[in-house]
Amino acid sequence: MSESISADVTIDARGSACPGPLMDLIGKVKKGDPGTIYKLQTSDRGSMEDVPEWVEKAGHELMETVEHEDHWDIYIKKTE
Amino acid sequence: MTERIVIVGGGTGGSVAANRLAEKLDAEIESGDVEVTLVTDDPDHVYKPIYLYVPFGKKTPEDARRPVRELLDPKVELRINRVVDIDTDAKRLECQDGHTTLNYDHLIVATGAKLAPEEVPGLAEDGHHFYGPQGAAKLRDALADFEEGHLVLSVVGVPHMCPAAPVEFTLMADEWFRQRGIRDQVEITYTYPIQRLHGLEPIHEWMEPRFQDRDINYETFFNAESVDPDEHVLESMEGTELDYDLLVAIPPHTGDELITEAGLGDDGWAEVNKHTLEAERAENVYVLGDAADIPTSKAGSVAHYAAGTVADRIASEIRGQVPTATYDGKTVCFIEAGMDEATFVEFDYEHPPVVRDENKFIHWAKLAYNETYWLTAKGLL
Repeated sequence: MSESISADVTIDARGSACPGPLMDLIGKVKKGDPGTIYKLQTSDRGSMEDVPEWVEKAGHELMETVEHEDHWDIYIKKTE
Repeated sequence: MTERIVIVGGGTGGSVAANRLAEKLDAEIESGDVEVTLVTDDPDHVYKPIYLYVPFGKKTPEDARRPVRELLDPKVELRINRVVDIDTDAKRLECQDGHTTLNYDHLIVATGAKLAPEEVPGLAEDGHHFYGPQGAAKLRDALADFEEGHLVLSVVGVPHMCPAAPVEFTLMADEWFRQRGIRDQVEITYTYPIQRLHGLEPIHEWMEPRFQDRDINYETFFNAESVDPDEHVLESMEGTELDYDLLVAIPPHTGDELITEAGLGDDGWAEVNKHTLEAERAENVYVLGDAADIPTSKAGSVAHYAAGTVADRIASEIRGQVPTATYDGKTVCFIEAGMDEATFVEFDYEHPPVVRDENKFIHWAKLAYNETYWLTAKGLL
């Protein structure tokens, strides 16, 4: 489960509406090095669609999504 | 004892806040119980939306500037200086001249956003923009010489000022080329970082059929990573390459380093309560306008309405009352749909915009507002 994934960068986008969480993620991934693991915290259900769609398009790795009571944690690894 | 209100920044947010405070606290300022000081490093106030019209020869960069002093209530003390340090524990500001120190009881930070094209390799060398006076004038000259080829409008930076502007520029360029009789020799492509054409879905839904009708190409999930100035190629993080003849970009933006250095937020954007505009990481500090990290647009209207809220709250605090004014995220934007028609949107944190069909009247209203904006800066409109 998620507790085994150790994120290098946590992006707290809880409370932000679409497309805020995805924008925040893209901004951080842009500045990061390959191999970096990001944890995106989002309370916007739309992130369940647009984040995986972008991660696939950009060729990064969607590691895991963990549902909490009031938000989701999406783990993404930046590839080359 | 005199209560000192200091405002950092002379843009829309800073000017409106200063003028509203001068109006609300008129008696207290007259009696010497309150002082309002505005510090800005630019003796001119700049109304940036004017720059959209410069590339098409409709305005000049000088049209966007007026002396701050002319716009401020005489009761507001104006200091032309650059604040280089905010000490929120000591409630003290240090200025660039090395000997000016300003103590405050209430601080308003309205330092805005600035362009950071250097974040994308090659962009500053070969990318045009219309977000500043030099860039807009240079783009005017480039457009005047551009008679055929591929124009790419790329939204590179998010968040960026005026989310309507790239949409407007694209639709205006399309019609401008048609009016000049060269549209069939010009290909236009618009790129956007996410899966649709705009952050706000209703605006995307308005844009898509118009782009299709006008033969404007678009690329989504396009986050520009580098520009090859020799080959004229724009490459995205997602691996898409676009050849261009003229690149117009919305450059990456950053907030002022003061915000980060003062510990008010990251990347130059201050963390605030989105309803009260109070800084989350310091006492007696409000942050408004582009500098505040709130979930709405970086737009003049946001700074304008938020400034009214902040002025109300500080006036209440000074009078020993419980501040009750709050900001609901109200944002109003005109959107040009070409050279002579426009629409407008109004939305807030809870209510997305409804986008109506464009018409000539709204375009005239936008041009009229551009002339009367100075009344907004004065706190009158």
